[in-house]
Amino acid sequence: MFWDQASETLARPILEQLQLKRLQDTLQRVAQRVPFYQQRFAELGINPAEIKSLADVRRLPFTTGADLRAIYPDGMLAADRDESVRLHTSTGTTGKPKAIFFSRKDVDNAAELIARSLVMTGITRKDVFQNMMSYGLFTGGLVMHYGAEKVGCLVIPAGPGTSERQLMLMQDFRTTAVHILPSYALYFASFLEQKGIDPRKDLALRKAFVGAEPHTEETRRRIEQAFGCDVYNSYGLTEMNGPGVAFECEYKAGLHLWEDNFILEIINPATGEPLPEGQTGELVLTTLNREAMPILRYRTRDITSIIPEPCQCGRTHRRLARITGRSDDMLIIRGVNIFPQQIERVLMSFPQVGRNYVIIIEGLDDMTIKVELAAAGFDGQVEHVAALQQQLIEKLRAETWVKPKLDLVPAGSLPVAEGKAKRVIDKRTL
Amino acid sequence: MNAVNLVAVFVENKPGQTARVTRLLAEAGVNLCWLTIANSGSFGVMKFLVDQQDLAIRTLKEKGVMVSLVEVLALEAPHKPGSLQAVADLLGRHNINLENCSGFVAHNRAILIIEVHELAQARAILEQQGFRLLSQEEMLRL
Repeated sequence: MFWDQASETLARPILEQLQLKRLQDTLQRVAQRVPFYQQRFAELGINPAEIKSLADVRRLPFTTGADLRAIYPDGMLAADRDESVRLHTSTGTTGKPKAIFFSRKDVDNAAELIARSLVMTGITRKDVFQNMMSYGLFTGGLVMHYGAEKVGCLVIPAGPGTSERQLMLMQDFRTTAVHILPSYALYFASFLEQKGIDPRKDLALRKAFVGAEPHTEETRRRIEQAFGCDVYNSYGLTEMNGPGVAFECEYKAGLHLWEDNFILEIINPATGEPLPEGQTGELVLTTLNREAMPILRYRTRDITSIIPEPCQCGRTHRRLARITGRSDDMLIIRGVNIFPQQIERVLMSFPQVGRNYVIIIEGLDDMTIKVELAAAGFDGQVEHVAALQQQLIEKLRAETWVKPKLDLVPAGSLPVAEGKAKRVIDKRTL
Repeated sequence: MNAVNLVAVFVENKPGQTARVTRLLAEAGVNLCWLTIANSGSFGVMKFLVDQQDLAIRTLKEKGVMVSLVEVLALEAPHKPGSLQAVADLLGRHNINLENCSGFVAHNRAILIIEVHELAQARAILEQQGFRLLSQEEMLRL
């Protein structure tokens, strides 16, 4: 299933020619109109006209999240403000957010990439698409909405309402696809269970798109089991339009990154040097098709690798492996580097473990993991729960090299976030 | 089948949890006939013998409390020295481990509630040796 078969299956040499052409156009545009890049080019002695091959990308300056905060609110515009029709910001937790402008063409193009992404999983105009992401400044609402509408789905802009309301909409309008945060999907599964709703019998759901939070393969499988439907991983970030940067196809084996719209690099986050294809490092993206606010070599902080092999689906756009962590999320506990995803992978591999967890760091690097016990994990025997607790601690120690404290708590007792789940609470003051 | 079922509840080990669970049961009109609470670090398990088991389970589940049923044996032993020893000795000789055990005397009758993995085997051995096992109804009428 293709939305734009010609673009999605471009022969690599032609795709790369197109990338180079679009890169050169982008460079020309920012060199003429964006003081931020003019200054960077001057500092590095770069003449954009000298960029003659894709390999020259590595000569270009990086753009970081800090840069985007520094130019806030609109210091990186490459078009007149009048030409911008939309503004989104990152879900920044502290200080000023990162503001991203969209021209009319940018809005349409972002929708185009979403349309490709949805259709490649088998979505058609017959689908009823319930978007359970937050509408507003967050891109997960509107950007996804426009794409699903473009495909011709009936789009329900549910937003992050109460579970009762989500369920009512799903039942009354026979929702076939949802866009949902993985943490909320796990919570919603418990909610359905409590209501005695069997999604396989009582709902028309056949696809769920999860994104906006890094999550593990184990979590995907859990959501698939609980909802009785296919679950696809979606990758995006506000700085690069939001969702639709990279998406899984029907084979669910890595995320096709739309290379006619972005140049993809994997670098060593410590040195900034590009890494050979297949090695794990930080994802760096350059926009190739953006009018209002092009961004060069954006340091996403996301850790992943390129899957070089061609995909069975026939698309030529290379795939990213599942994001293993955001380098910002990396915890350093007693000198050991730990990604929350490593912990999630261990927890979710135990069927007796429930769907919600939180990692608390306090004092002198003491890590406490609070995790919910699944209904199936409780047979009434305190000794069995204690044994499970010991097994979990051992597995976590083997995976992370740090022995955590682990509290098993009743299902439903941990708080559920309104938006993105807050999995790590760092109370260290040093 | 003289098995007795207890309603087991998983809770966090912190103040107010027993009050919360028993309040829900009281409001539903469930009467408690016997109970134990066992803690292990951050969590604990309460086990109740109740007069209306289905109502208790439904009420607790509706309120999001984690509930499970545990099958135990309730046996009556002579109220005299050496009774518990005789039961323990019998099970020990058959290599059956007592996972949990509690006992009380009511109206001059000594009652033991025991939890073992090999429930059917334990039941057969005890009955063979002349111990009387009480049904759920008998326990509730004590």
